[in-house]
Amino acid sequence: MSTVATSREPRNPMEDFLRMDRIPHIWCSGCGIGVVVTSFADALRKSEKNLDKVAVVSGIGCTGRVAGYVKLDSFHSTHGRAIPFATGLKLANPELDVVVFSGDGDLTGIGGNHFIHAARRNMDLLVICVNNFNYAMTGGQVAPTTPIDANLSTAPFGNFEYPFSLPYLADTCGATYVARWTCLHIRRVTNSIQEALGKKGFRFIEVIAPCVTLYARRNRLGDGLNILKYYYENSEIRHGADTRTVDITYQGKITCGKFIDREKPPFLDCMNTHLRKSLGDKYVPYGEKR
Amino acid sequence: MKKVKADPKGVLVGAHYLDGDYAIAEGALAAGCRFFAGYPITPSTETAERFAERIPMVGGVFIQMEDEIASVTALIGASWGGQKPMTVTSGPGFSLMMENIGLAAMMETPLVIANVQRGGPSTGLPTLTGQGDMMQVRWGSHGDYKIIALSPDSPQECFDLTIHAFNLSEMYRVPVFIMTDECVGHMHEKVVIPPADRIDLVERKWYEGPKDKYLPYKPDKDLVPFMVKAGDGYRFHTTGLTHDERGYPVINADCQDWNVRHLQDKITKNASKIVKFEEDQTDKADVVVVSYGITSRVAYRAVQSARKAGLKVGIFRLITVWPFPEKRLAELAQTVKAFVVPELNLGQIVLEVERVSAGRAAAIPVSHAGGWVHDPENILKAIKEAVK
Amino acid sequence: MIYFGNLKPKRGEIHLDKSRCKGCQFCVEYCPRDVLETSEEYNDKGYHPPRIKDPMNCCYCQLCEAICPEYALFVTLMEEENEGEESQSRP
Repeated sequence: MSTVATSREPRNPMEDFLRMDRIPHIWCSGCGIGVVVTSFADALRKSEKNLDKVAVVSGIGCTGRVAGYVKLDSFHSTHGRAIPFATGLKLANPELDVVVFSGDGDLTGIGGNHFIHAARRNMDLLVICVNNFNYAMTGGQVAPTTPIDANLSTAPFGNFEYPFSLPYLADTCGATYVARWTCLHIRRVTNSIQEALGKKGFRFIEVIAPCVTLYARRNRLGDGLNILKYYYENSEIRHGADTRTVDITYQGKITCGKFIDREKPPFLDCMNTHLRKSLGDKYVPYGEKR
Repeated sequence: MKKVKADPKGVLVGAHYLDGDYAIAEGALAAGCRFFAGYPITPSTETAERFAERIPMVGGVFIQMEDEIASVTALIGASWGGQKPMTVTSGPGFSLMMENIGLAAMMETPLVIANVQRGGPSTGLPTLTGQGDMMQVRWGSHGDYKIIALSPDSPQECFDLTIHAFNLSEMYRVPVFIMTDECVGHMHEKVVIPPADRIDLVERKWYEGPKDKYLPYKPDKDLVPFMVKAGDGYRFHTTGLTHDERGYPVINADCQDWNVRHLQDKITKNASKIVKFEEDQTDKADVVVVSYGITSRVAYRAVQSARKAGLKVGIFRLITVWPFPEKRLAELAQTVKAFVVPELNLGQIVLEVERVSAGRAAAIPVSHAGGWVHDPENILKAIKEAVK
Repeated sequence: MIYFGNLKPKRGEIHLDKSRCKGCQFCVEYCPRDVLETSEEYNDKGYHPPRIKDPMNCCYCQLCEAICPEYALFVTLMEEENEGEESQSRP
């Protein structure tokens, strides 16, 4: 996308995409969520999708606030329940492109059950999970993705619980597209989202982002820039890596890339195919004209 | 809002021998429900099973979600996608749904939930009747909000009131509850389903003005805001946070006051149009038996006996339990000596009757912890005591 | 071969909304041409916004625009007097 300087006052292209009456947003200085939203906006622009038909559903948390800032049909639901909300929305109107944009704690902590079942069913949803390794909105508590030894307010002597490896979780549950990037990989995040928007089924993109005020401050990791430098030094792109090997240890290597890209009929296709086979002419298909 | 006729594809015209659970499913299909997200729980599972069997031939979606929380949340999403969604559950599932019932009330989302009540609390009596969730349906979620709850007393009423529930939810953009119980749910009786052109349905008020002027929560003259659905280009935002007319979160006391009072007023100020009840011989009665659901059928037997014994007893059957028929009961409190309120719980709606009577008439509970229906003798005894 | 002879490097004009800046310094750090530096002045929020140190060096890569978390920065393409090869894609 290019904007040619003309005699008209040039506008930031993001202004067409954001609810400008709500900017500035609430995210902290150095937080990565704003960057991921820009990457998302770029992907939507490049994909040339009709933005009237794109809906965003968020949960609760810092990343959960994304729904409030994008100028699309957007829904800010309850903690952990963005995925079933999106399921209902998508099934009610299969023409929509439904994107779930939420955080690691929201999607895999309280929302864990919904995550695994939506992936199992291959529900046609794109899930963008911004992973900052803690529950940031509530003040920096330990989350299912927090690495061992990290210090957070509910693990004040360091976390000793095993964390999830989100790409492994998504892969095991049957997602059709699994990728991980850091928010520093701005163009690669855009490409991943664009690729995923062109696919069907349960697609999962994890974007690792800094949480300056909480995760970084409590662990004395510096500010946003320090963390981005850590990403730069420690991320390693391994496309197609075995998702069992992409764990992130505390301040360790971050394996990025597109791990899974497969084809599998999504929920509605399975429903229509199967019921048509069982019921023949008596079956009234649902949601098929696209 | 638009008045439409039912879609004949979903209407199983004729006289059938159905149980209450099945009648609810048929009522939903007749009302235009084409999306059901549920989770099995005794004694409501039959409704889900019936819907799953019927919907492929009518055209729509049945999805069994991973739990009740997912079920009710999927309903909210589906409603915003333009569907008229429904689910069924019982006590334990109902408790799980509470947080998102609050979300539905806050987002002003039309949807219907049937609670086929059983003995509680907790796992309780999964296969036996109860009416212990009557206060919970009103107050179950946190914060101030209002809902509508109906109480059918027969499979026929299960069918009729399900259609009515959908209409009310569409009219008032509010979750509507059908509070049956295991007895009515599993009771088989004749259910007459009329042809589609004799079923009147109401659709939500769709906004049709300029896209950039749409305000999702601006109340109309009837206090109900206009609604849109995702995908029509309105680019609206809605949230469970306290919000203003634009649907944007505004975190301060003024907005909270506006928001929450609006949720209440929407129902309170329209209560006279929503409230439905059945009265018999209440005008000159000394005692009025106030009941709902299966208990009203048992109570009728007791009232018959009392009348045969020469007592002046009236019957007041609640069809809408919430909003509570305050006006009429307050009027009756001025002329009767007492209200006798039999319930399959240890006294819930009787508290409302007492509140509304404000001391002018006694409110006498006839409690039964659930698991079976009352012995009419006990209700009769209470009536005789009340008359003295 | 004049294949590359006509190519002129693109130049970008950086538009900066200083009031939106929260001083994260991502743009300063990651600009590949060192066009930006952190200024000494304060904006309304109390942060040090960036300063365009070397505007002639901007090659319209738009990386600052993409990485700014506050949407404070965007770059427009400057039309050259002698037009070079036109390219529409963002590198």
